[in-house]
Amino acid sequence: MADTNIAIKVENLSKCYRIGLKEEMHDSFVKSMFSFIKSPIKNYRKHRSLYKFDDTDIDSHSPDIIWALRDVSFNVKEGEIVGIIGVNGAGKSTLLKILSRITDPTHGQAVIRGKISSLLEVGTGFHPELSGRENVYLNGTILGMRKKELDQKFDEIVDFSGVEKFIDTPVKRYSSGMKVRLAFAVAAYLEPEILLVDEVLAVGDAEFQKKCLYKMEDVSQHGRTVLFVSHNMPAVTRLCPRTVLLNGGRVIADGPSHKIVSVYMNSERATKAERKWPSLTEAPGDEVVRLNTIRVRTEEGQVTDAVDIRKPIGIEMEYEVLQPGHIFMIYFHVVNEEGIEVFTSMDNDHTWRKRPRPAGGYVSTIWIPGNLLSEGIFFITPGIRTLNPNVRHLRVDDAVAFQVIDSLDGDSARADFTGNMTGIVRPLLKWETQFNPKRTNTNVIASCEDTNSL
Amino acid sequence: MFNANNDSLTVIKPRSGWQIIDFKELVEYRDLFFSMVTRQVKALYAQTILGFSWAIFKPLFQIVVFTFIFGKVARVSTEGIPYFLFSSVAIIPWTYMSQTMSESSESLVSGQGMLGKIYFPRLVFPLTPVFSRLVDFGISVLIILGILFYYRVLPTWNLLFFPLFLLMMMIIPAGIGLWLSTLAIRFRDVKHAMPFVLQMLIYTAPIVYSASSIPEKYRLLYSLNPIVGVIEGYRACLLGTPIPWIYIGPGIITAVILMISGAFYFRRMERIIVDVI
Repeated sequence: MADTNIAIKVENLSKCYRIGLKEEMHDSFVKSMFSFIKSPIKNYRKHRSLYKFDDTDIDSHSPDIIWALRDVSFNVKEGEIVGIIGVNGAGKSTLLKILSRITDPTHGQAVIRGKISSLLEVGTGFHPELSGRENVYLNGTILGMRKKELDQKFDEIVDFSGVEKFIDTPVKRYSSGMKVRLAFAVAAYLEPEILLVDEVLAVGDAEFQKKCLYKMEDVSQHGRTVLFVSHNMPAVTRLCPRTVLLNGGRVIADGPSHKIVSVYMNSERATKAERKWPSLTEAPGDEVVRLNTIRVRTEEGQVTDAVDIRKPIGIEMEYEVLQPGHIFMIYFHVVNEEGIEVFTSMDNDHTWRKRPRPAGGYVSTIWIPGNLLSEGIFFITPGIRTLNPNVRHLRVDDAVAFQVIDSLDGDSARADFTGNMTGIVRPLLKWETQFNPKRTNTNVIASCEDTNSL
Repeated sequence: MFNANNDSLTVIKPRSGWQIIDFKELVEYRDLFFSMVTRQVKALYAQTILGFSWAIFKPLFQIVVFTFIFGKVARVSTEGIPYFLFSSVAIIPWTYMSQTMSESSESLVSGQGMLGKIYFPRLVFPLTPVFSRLVDFGISVLIILGILFYYRVLPTWNLLFFPLFLLMMMIIPAGIGLWLSTLAIRFRDVKHAMPFVLQMLIYTAPIVYSASSIPEKYRLLYSLNPIVGVIEGYRACLLGTPIPWIYIGPGIITAVILMISGAFYFRRMERIIVDVI
């Protein structure tokens, strides 16, 4: 290979599977008896066809063949961390399975330089009858660690898992959470040059997940190459500078994570920046009030799903009051990708406060100021209720979504820092530093370097 | 196909045709193999009262029953060897072989959870029981020692051949396991056929009867069955009777063919295991 710094080179990788077709039905006893006698031969052919693909099968659009991957090509440089996203069935897992050699591709090839480990599941090979200690060794060697390596890391692994008290108890007596902790702890101490990770963070409690994410970030700072398949968009945007978007087995976008995540958000199944209900009867609500449209827009009035962190974000709700004389409380929740509620806002417009509304169409626009939300995707859940009597007329979970992008222009809260910043809000605060050349112990008010350690 | 050179470059592409076993890769995964064997051994008698004593009780019970039925009731000829002694040296290797064969042939199907989640040489699956069951075998050899001591049988130079028969005893279930585990991922018929095939198989070898009762003209055909060779070999080397090479030779050839062909077949089917299972 000419490029020595390429860790994974994927060229036209394709994989097809045969899916089962409907069994034929017989309308007479004789026919079905005949078919019963013939069935061993038929079954044999059926089993054989699962893995035999001749050229005619592949070229023609045979109805029982699906392409889990089709001509996928990309390169991953050494030390690069690449996210792989896509809807279910896009081919993400198949790609990882081929790269981790679990299954062979139908066409194409991949060249991998370096020691590779894959983590498609935590706790592979755990035996319920064996103790935690024995399972650490078993799982560790299955993941490709040497026994010597495990001897050295054993105490750290147990410490990380937090189950030291039960380490000599059979794993079948563990709670499911403990099992996952122990399993993840083993995985966390893997030290391959290339790591393939599939959605394993979707386990454990929030506290433990956080610990694992930090551990992953730690891994990424050691110059290791990582392919990370996930549905957790904040984790992808935060951990991976680059993302590959798969759809229908093909690469449809490849580039900087925030851009690709935004493409994905725009793609059909994901939540969009605007939602309209064309017919009033199908719109959310009841006989009192219904929501027609909700959209995210810029100051210029453009519907957008990606907003600059420095610019205000407008949430526009159009609703129709069908029954006059009610006093409404209109509100929305903002939830980030991790499911954390960032804030809730209630209608405080003086014009309509405590005032029964006449029937008709209304448009409310709410402005979220710039330099408030942090980077990432946010989901809006609008709702309308009356307080007296206390009735909720409508609520649409995650009706629209948008992504906040922090540019590196230097005038946002991140200043000149280019790494990952945590926190659900990112206000632009005023900083003042006084300088006194006579004191050697310079008293800086605070240091921004703390964020480096996260 | 997967060359592990200095740079550890892995090329992943469709494989076709026959492959030979990648021994270099197997060596790389030796720690894994060892822990899989330990896992099987440790899990085998987990949560039992008798623990490894089961390795003694199971064959012992069978020996007693066979001695009563075939020795006392049916009075099978054993060329003057006490039936108890005669059957114990046969039943213990047979127990090992039958258990290993059935465990090995189910190994891929029962390990399917792991197969789809992680890569390591698939050969580890059928070969694990071949080694893990040796622990059982080793313990039950104590029965043979006890019985030999009871009948005052002294060791002879024939005992030098013990490793040969041990190896042959391991190769047979390994070869069968390679074939059947691969077939079983496609055809679950194997699982249903196995118990009754094993039941029949016990009568194809001189376990309850003596090989000398087979008519001369069928001897070659009979001894093509490698199990015959193992049983006759163990008997001769433990009891000190002359080693009947005419029964053993053909069996060794069959065992080796079984093993090599099994390995090739396994390698050929290996790449489709996950897609079909």
